[in-house]
Amino acid sequence: MNNVEIVYKKSEGLTDKYLSYCPGCTHGIIHKLVAETLVELDLIDRTVGISSVGCSVLNYDFFTCDMQQAAHGRAPAVATGIKRVRPNSIVFTYQGDGDLASIGIAEAIHAAHRGENITIVFVNNAIYGMTGGQMAPTTLIGQKTTTSPNGRDAKTQGLPLKIAEMMATIPGATYIERVSVHNPSHVRKAKKALIKAFSIQMENKGFTLIEFISTCPVNWGMTPKDAVDWAVDNMIPYYPLGVYKDKTAGEEK
Amino acid sequence: MSKVLMKGNEAMALAAIKAGCEAFYGYPITPQNELPEYLSKHMPLYNRVFVQAESEIAAINMVYGAAGAGARVLTSSSSPGIALKQEGISYMAGSELPGVIINVMRGGPGLGGIQPSQADYKQITRGGGNGDYYLYSLAPETLQEAVDLIKESFDIADYFRNPVMIAVDGLIGQMMEPVDLDREVPKWDLKPKTWIADGNTKNRKKNVINSLYLDPQDLEDHNMKLKEKYDEMRANHQRYEFINMENAEIVIIAYGSVSRIARSAIEILSEKGIKCGILRPITIFPYPKKAFSKLPLTVKNLLVVEMSTGQMLDDVIISNERGLPISFFGRVGGIVPEVEEIVEKVLEIVGGEKHE
Amino acid sequence: MISEKVIIAGFGGQGVMLMGQLLSYTATAKDLNTLWFPSYGPETRGGTANCSITISESNVNSPVISTPDSIIIMNKPSLDKFQPKLKSGGHLFLNTSLVKDVVLREDVNVHNVDANDIAIELGNLKVANMVMLGAYLEVTKVFDAESVLKVLKKKFTGSKASLIEINKEALEAGKKAVL
Repeated sequence: MNNVEIVYKKSEGLTDKYLSYCPGCTHGIIHKLVAETLVELDLIDRTVGISSVGCSVLNYDFFTCDMQQAAHGRAPAVATGIKRVRPNSIVFTYQGDGDLASIGIAEAIHAAHRGENITIVFVNNAIYGMTGGQMAPTTLIGQKTTTSPNGRDAKTQGLPLKIAEMMATIPGATYIERVSVHNPSHVRKAKKALIKAFSIQMENKGFTLIEFISTCPVNWGMTPKDAVDWAVDNMIPYYPLGVYKDKTAGEEK
Repeated sequence: MSKVLMKGNEAMALAAIKAGCEAFYGYPITPQNELPEYLSKHMPLYNRVFVQAESEIAAINMVYGAAGAGARVLTSSSSPGIALKQEGISYMAGSELPGVIINVMRGGPGLGGIQPSQADYKQITRGGGNGDYYLYSLAPETLQEAVDLIKESFDIADYFRNPVMIAVDGLIGQMMEPVDLDREVPKWDLKPKTWIADGNTKNRKKNVINSLYLDPQDLEDHNMKLKEKYDEMRANHQRYEFINMENAEIVIIAYGSVSRIARSAIEILSEKGIKCGILRPITIFPYPKKAFSKLPLTVKNLLVVEMSTGQMLDDVIISNERGLPISFFGRVGGIVPEVEEIVEKVLEIVGGEKHE
Repeated sequence: MISEKVIIAGFGGQGVMLMGQLLSYTATAKDLNTLWFPSYGPETRGGTANCSITISESNVNSPVISTPDSIIIMNKPSLDKFQPKLKSGGHLFLNTSLVKDVVLREDVNVHNVDANDIAIELGNLKVANMVMLGAYLEVTKVFDAESVLKVLKKKFTGSKASLIEINKEALEAGKKAVL
């Protein structure tokens, strides 16, 4: 056993707590990417993360950095409060689409508007997961949820909100990108986006938001594999991946 | 330092700076606007934080974040704005975070009015938001007292790890009085804040600021731990003042600006030969229940005077262990009770005609 | 022993609040107890405005004055509102430039001052408030005009410093109007 070589290990940014996520859900991958990013940039012991209300509410137990749990939608305000009094700390929020795109849209917009030097990890799975699969602002047209049992109807329920596109219109925002984690190459791209976002925060260059296309096999009523396929076939066409805003573009590397 | 003439809202703002307040997060609402306006100009001079938030809800959640990161932090608002802040206040109490909230009360319900009121009494003294919690709540009657209590309130908040509410009515916010901002106030014995989550885990274990307890037993334990704090406040930190209480036959119970009007009323009553005392609660939570057992035996009647339809009245009924007859006089809508109205009410109760 | 309760009332923009504040600042400079309390209409500009000022050697209790010792009335609506409250034997200072042909109580001392006309003569309508204040100080002797002017000099600095002279003249003219 002397020539055992460690080729992979769990990020030091994650605790040994058992993750509370359903099988096949992509929150786990996104947690791993955030943790790896903070460790690789040597930020983990100067970071405060904000857990929001939703499936990720318990992630104050999963990251090894300091954590504060916020009321539904208020994570960007809590982050603002912390960052303003402790500007040398790295502050990120981890929010779902019910939390950010619905009840917390004002806090998200105004944190960007003020150019708060924080990073938002926004996880879009087109549904309210934790409360049992209700319609979110991001639910696709025709998508069945427990509060749109006949499928979302644009006439009465509006068209799905495109957060990355919308946040990119806020003059105060610095960097906005939408990524996906449905296959290894996209996981790598997503990691790059997080490294970019946290690097911008390290350099005090302002507000960054990375939107993740995610899945919810349980509430979508699909197998994990089908859920990933559904996200690729239905979500990504409506929510195209890419960089929506980069104020740092053209700067010297 | 000699006294300076200052507007209430500005004097309260300066008191917070003197108390070492590191950050203010707020949102405009009448009649407290001079307070954030003053801080927007003066906090940067001390290298401290001032943020005008997008709403009261955002402001209180910023307070929550900054308090969780260990900062001494303040917000201010007026009644409808305080209603919006209840979400964050409940989270602060649940997560055991200190912070000071100044409520310059105006009339309600709804948009109500912009004139003075004490109609937030229940919103302040019954917790206000969801869950089993209370705020240590101070109700000063003069600007000097407001300044002194605000300076002390940051210590009180840190000591209990619980938000403190400063309850003043619009009169105190808008009036000008000479104040000494450098008067000594009691210092509380404070422990280092080892619990903060400010992103500094190089030399310590991670900290979590949280009010979520999914296991009912854990939540019950947490609730009982919070209750111990409120019991400690009730047992040892009630504050009140007795005015002209010796041989009093009737006692007016009033706080804030109203107690000052009552002070003028008892001067007139004294000229008419009526011995009227005042019980002035300084803490409205914990309510100064102990004062009721110390009322002289000469007291035959209680009169509650408020700028509400009778909110503190409930606490007087709860505290009235001698079962004395209780009368009530209130003005609402932004109307301040007049001295003569209180005098008349007292005369009516004690049978004024026999003294005339 | 000084114990003075005065209500000053008029339109927003007539300098009603400043008159009251000057009295409270002067009281503070003399280490007296004082309380100034404003009341505005809902309008941001041009509504009604009044303030109550208490000056006393003992503690000031009620912030609200129900029976003033003096009232300074800058316009007609204010007279209707505050004349009934004035203490019997109290002083009523009336801006007769704007308040004409009115019924006045007989149990109070009425002091007529053409404040607007006098201010215009001095070259600035805005000092009508100081004319009234000059008259008030002369009659009540609460403070001498010099003490008030000293406070004014501290408050009016920078670009406002040039206004001190005309304010001084206005206080003087108000005094003469009630001699």
